[in-house]
Amino acid sequence: MSDTAHADAHDRHDHRPTGWRRWVYSTNHKDIGTMYIVMAMIGAIVGTATSVAIRLELHEPGIQFISDFQFYNVLVTAHGFIMVFFVVMPALIAGFGNWFIPLMIGAPDMAFPRMNNISFWLLAAALVMLVIAGLIDGGPGTGWTVYPPLSNADYHPGMAVDFGILSLHLAGASSILGAINFITTIVNMRAPGMTFHRMPLFVWAEFVTAVLLLLAIPVLAGALTMLLTDRNFGTTFFSPAGGGDPLLWQHLFWFFGHPEVYIIIIPAFGVISQIVSTFAKKPVFGYLGMAYAMAAIGVVGFVVWAHHMYTVGFNVETRAYFTLATMVIAVPTGVKVFSWLATMWGGSIKFDTPMLYAMGFIFLFVVGGVTGVTLANAGSDIAFHDTYFVVAHFHYVLSVAAIFAMYGGFYYWIGKMSGKQYPEGLGRLQFWVSFVGVNILFFPQHFAGMAGMPRRIPDFPDAYAGWNMISSWGAYITVVGAILFFVVLWKTLKSENAAEANPWGVGADTLEWTVESPAPFHTHEQTPSISTQPAE
Amino acid sequence: MQNSRRIILRYKSGVAFLITAFAAFMASGANAAEPKPWQMNFQPAATPVMEKITEFHNLLLTVEVGIVIFVLALMLIIIFKFNAKSNPEPSKTTHNTPLEVIWTVIPIVILIIFSVPSMKLLFFMDKAQNPEMTLKIVGHQWYWSYQYPDHGGFEFDSNMIPDEEIKPGQRRLLDVDNQVVLPVNTEVRLLMTSEDVIHNWAIPAFGVKLDTVPGRTNETWVKVTKPGTYYGQCSELCGVNHGFMPVAVKVVSKDEFKQWVAKAKKEFAKVKAAPVKVVEMNTPVQAKVR
Repeated sequence: MSDTAHADAHDRHDHRPTGWRRWVYSTNHKDIGTMYIVMAMIGAIVGTATSVAIRLELHEPGIQFISDFQFYNVLVTAHGFIMVFFVVMPALIAGFGNWFIPLMIGAPDMAFPRMNNISFWLLAAALVMLVIAGLIDGGPGTGWTVYPPLSNADYHPGMAVDFGILSLHLAGASSILGAINFITTIVNMRAPGMTFHRMPLFVWAEFVTAVLLLLAIPVLAGALTMLLTDRNFGTTFFSPAGGGDPLLWQHLFWFFGHPEVYIIIIPAFGVISQIVSTFAKKPVFGYLGMAYAMAAIGVVGFVVWAHHMYTVGFNVETRAYFTLATMVIAVPTGVKVFSWLATMWGGSIKFDTPMLYAMGFIFLFVVGGVTGVTLANAGSDIAFHDTYFVVAHFHYVLSVAAIFAMYGGFYYWIGKMSGKQYPEGLGRLQFWVSFVGVNILFFPQHFAGMAGMPRRIPDFPDAYAGWNMISSWGAYITVVGAILFFVVLWKTLKSENAAEANPWGVGADTLEWTVESPAPFHTHEQTPSISTQPAE
Repeated sequence: MQNSRRIILRYKSGVAFLITAFAAFMASGANAAEPKPWQMNFQPAATPVMEKITEFHNLLLTVEVGIVIFVLALMLIIIFKFNAKSNPEPSKTTHNTPLEVIWTVIPIVILIIFSVPSMKLLFFMDKAQNPEMTLKIVGHQWYWSYQYPDHGGFEFDSNMIPDEEIKPGQRRLLDVDNQVVLPVNTEVRLLMTSEDVIHNWAIPAFGVKLDTVPGRTNETWVKVTKPGTYYGQCSELCGVNHGFMPVAVKVVSKDEFKQWVAKAKKEFAKVKAAPVKVVEMNTPVQAKVR
């Protein structure tokens, strides 16, 4: 009898592989989540370095230090790819998703643990490939949109773009496998009583995101393959000389690319919903509306892609349709913003670092969101397309908002992940430095864009000098914020400040707070039963 | 370059910098056709299309600023009224159907209000109704070439003036060797294509921004109402020298335009006779930009 019990305990706790095998062969959702988060941090260092190089070059008119303009274009390209595929996606979707989907729905692990492992390592290989792409044959100076003919063999001879394509193929395969895993886990492995309408909003967000990935990535994969054969095997999908059309690429790319931006921001919505509800000590206001708003954003996100292409020479009716369809997205997005505000309204809010980041997220997302309405109109977009106004817009919603959700999620969950609570004072300082930095960085870009400054240029007419200089100073402040983040991380991991199972009190009512901190290697081995989780 | 350093130096002197900024911002309402230092708004409109864009954007901006202020106000109330100290007992409200209906319907109404002028603008700017002349524009890596099919079909290339050849009064990265010349108050049809990769011909003050796509001919139009020189830049990443293929358009009276056409026909005639030379002529200029 006691022997059996002992054998049981042995099975559960001692069969944890050690050393490098624990990580390289990992099938544990928490370890894989941690690896994704670490990879996002490595990606963030590289991606931030590229953006700082760009801002240093644009600090003053004239050429500062990048005299090779192909290299400048490669920096722009690398910055986009790395931030999207190797920072935000691994952290928000895969990192937090792997860690907390099973914990929140009461599952012991992901549905396909080995597939989880291959998803991660495919992405790691993709990052290596992308770095190789940047270092050989002059690098891909195409922008992350990789528009042909510029990305064709005629204008980008050499292997750089091919390596970039293969990198995206690997990252895409990783995402598809991850998405299948997430969907299967969420559909099949919810604890009894955890109905779809009781799932925490973070799980809803990851579910919608996974469905978007599953539908969008294959289109990218198809387009990339066509580009690869155009470059290497003499096909002419995108070449008018052979009866192809460069705009076909743009349609396929943005059919993936627009859902992709929701793939980035919807998990952020999920993180923010958890944080807001926890710190307001109230259940999420209008839970069903919040869940279905995300689903609606996902659905509409598939029928608005050509608003990225208003200047390609569409007939006017097409532009009219895409204008109207795009504006529809403002409605579910508005529902989300107002529901967050209503959740906080009447709350008893403690403004700890995660909550500061949630408030920062909501405000900055609204600022970026309203300019999205401006850009949605094909008529007025003519004045903004390809200017720094667009850069400001998508950095407010994607970079600033998504990064704030990552920072916020980190502070929110670090106790659960590491077993140590972060230093609160330093965390708040890190928030304020970042908040001030990103606004100085991105707000002046609205003005430069309205005055007409185009994107992706290494030097600009002297009149744009002022706003660019301010923007560059904002970038340096933001980098100080990022360095502070790593200081916080270091201090947290080194500290003696053990985190409680639930450091946030009554507001934190999701299942991950019922297990101890740090979360044991295996959790929910006995399926929890859910009766009223969350309120609905 | 010299010029830019001077501008920077001037700006570095603290308060003077802000005053200059404000003055420049206020002055941007004058007859300017290029970006100004510290400009925060559109360049002044020079075509009916840009006037309508500006007008429409004023509507959008007003409502959007209102929305941001509204959300900010709610957040400030939340910060001061619903913090743990002021409000130790959280409410239990999680539903309010009328409120949820309101915050769904009001945005829809706002969007409908936006969509009416938006559609009007879009259909207005689409195509010239009665074009009086046509200008053909071809994008190249990294310069523009222009043709005047209604005036004998002469054509010429327009290259950026490299930094080291900039004369006082010329704009770095904006001025070109051969400006496009157009008559004022004339409806001009613009037809564009590209010889290599996708470029984009854009002039902010005209409200024109259109891709030049190889294998396609795109159409738009301008009717410039004020004489002057107008500047824009290539607005689609087109390779190494993307930042160095500006667009400069000189708009003159109809009489002056006729005189210019007569002169240009002679000046650019030889170019048309020997098209191969166009490429050769441009190669060294391109090299100099580096």
